[in-house]
Amino acid sequence: MSALLTVLTVPDVSGAAVHVWQRNFDVFRRIWRTESLGIGLEPWIVIVAMGFGLGRFVELEDGESYIHFLAPGLMAMFPMFAAIFECGWGAFMRLEMHRTYEAVLTTPASVDDLVTGEILWGTSRATFNGTYILLVLLILGPWTSAIDSWWAVLILPVAVLQGFLFSSLAISFAALARAMSHFGYLFNVIVMPMFWLSGGFFPLENLPGWAQRVAWFMPLVHSVELNRAVLAGDLHWGLLIDVAWLLVGCWVFYRIALALMRRRLIV
Amino acid sequence: MDRFAVEAVQLTKHFGDTVAVDGISFSVREGECFGLLGPNGAGKSTTIRMLTCSSPVTSGQLVVSGHDVTKNPRLVKSRIGVVPQDENLDPDLPTRQNLEVYARYFGLSREMIRQRVDEQLEFFELEGKAKEKVDTLSGGMRRRLLIARALIHEPNLLVLDEPTVGLDPQARHLVWKQLRRLRERGVTQLLTTHYMDEAAQLCDRIVVLHHGKILTEGSPRSLVRDHAGERVLELRLPASERELLLGEVGDALDIEPYGDVAYVFGSEAALAPLADRVGDDQRALLRPASLEDVFLRLTGRGLVE
Repeated sequence: MSALLTVLTVPDVSGAAVHVWQRNFDVFRRIWRTESLGIGLEPWIVIVAMGFGLGRFVELEDGESYIHFLAPGLMAMFPMFAAIFECGWGAFMRLEMHRTYEAVLTTPASVDDLVTGEILWGTSRATFNGTYILLVLLILGPWTSAIDSWWAVLILPVAVLQGFLFSSLAISFAALARAMSHFGYLFNVIVMPMFWLSGGFFPLENLPGWAQRVAWFMPLVHSVELNRAVLAGDLHWGLLIDVAWLLVGCWVFYRIALALMRRRLIV
Repeated sequence: MDRFAVEAVQLTKHFGDTVAVDGISFSVREGECFGLLGPNGAGKSTTIRMLTCSSPVTSGQLVVSGHDVTKNPRLVKSRIGVVPQDENLDPDLPTRQNLEVYARYFGLSREMIRQRVDEQLEFFELEGKAKEKVDTLSGGMRRRLLIARALIHEPNLLVLDEPTVGLDPQARHLVWKQLRRLRERGVTQLLTTHYMDEAAQLCDRIVVLHHGKILTEGSPRSLVRDHAGERVLELRLPASERELLLGEVGDALDIEPYGDVAYVFGSEAALAPLADRVGDDQRALLRPASLEDVFLRLTGRGLVE
């Protein structure tokens, strides 16, 4: 019960959270040249393979091109992966292998500062990757016509929301994990099912009713839904439910992350 | 009147049913080097963890630099520098940036950080390594960098958990030299160690912990005098020969057998004739009593792994 009540308290966050973010940014500035080739190449390959390769075999009901259908999903998946890697594997490295967290906690920074800074960093990476894939799709616009509306820029706030949510989820998992191999669970039980079944690759309406109701509980479903609407410029009030879902998800997973990391680090 | 950097009153820590620290009281005066000694599992590291606010106090009071660790962890942590037992430098950053990134958490200005980092690199003889990644540094350099990092915000108190564990003799001596220089500059130090020569080299006062309790307290010299006396005769003789040697005077002496060695405590006058009779310092070594003798006597030879 007391564990539930802590969710209602105000997190113990100070400016030190920004310094945690800055540390990650400093490291990123040192390594981005070597990492950027991998990060930079991936969306192109996926779009070529899925859109132009696989897409030729896929016929959608109203003559929609497959890459047009796929784009909102890709714009949700890449930010999700960025957040999960940064705050899952990355956080676990800093927690357990390098003991960076232990060092940070000997400064005035609190556990809440630490976790918040890490989640903000994961959110930044997600948003960065989201921005990049938006640019790729803009460049490929003449061939893919994936973007119908200027509302498409709203995929950035969606990337922020889901970046925060997935970062919180991943760092909660890092706080529970005892070995690198445990991340197999995060990946195979949580991330991959969402990846395949969130309505990015095929319309959710193709699934039986019960499966659609289960899918509603997956965060990625809501970000794909939002992306699909803003890319098409088809804004309607129903989207507020998806926004609300993500906001509540952010807060809940954030508080879970704080609680689990406190339990892990302060003993 | 003395001012205190640390005041612990009936400090206690439980982990479930295990009592790691059992109502200890001690205080560290400003400017001194204070040692927490004890075998593994004595409660040293747990005490340090409570002091650095990474382990909640079960009961009792712990005031560090004038602030209660339970009520004001951020203030306490802003006043102390911590050198951990397990090295936790940031392997993703080079030497200089390790210090800069750490300093930022204390809210120092950019200009201040640059200046302090320069000072620390110079003091710890690491200027030449400023741009190197930390995993290319030797063990001794990494330890010095850890201490430099702990000093970056000019703390009131430097807390060192086993500061030279795993270092080779040269690296140890270099670390000791720098800790003594810090002591001369008036930096209060609290360190844990199970190296007795380290405690004797560095500490003004020592507390010996065992099973979470304080066994004794004092300066290295007074502890040796009170618990081990003046001289120690180490006898490496078969039991029969030993009894033959000690037989006549044995009852008057303070003898502690440990494995195949017997330690005989006493004065020069009492022990020198015995050593002379054996006449071989491989088998009978007469030497001054040391802190190690105190430690082994108090915490029990053979009782501890």
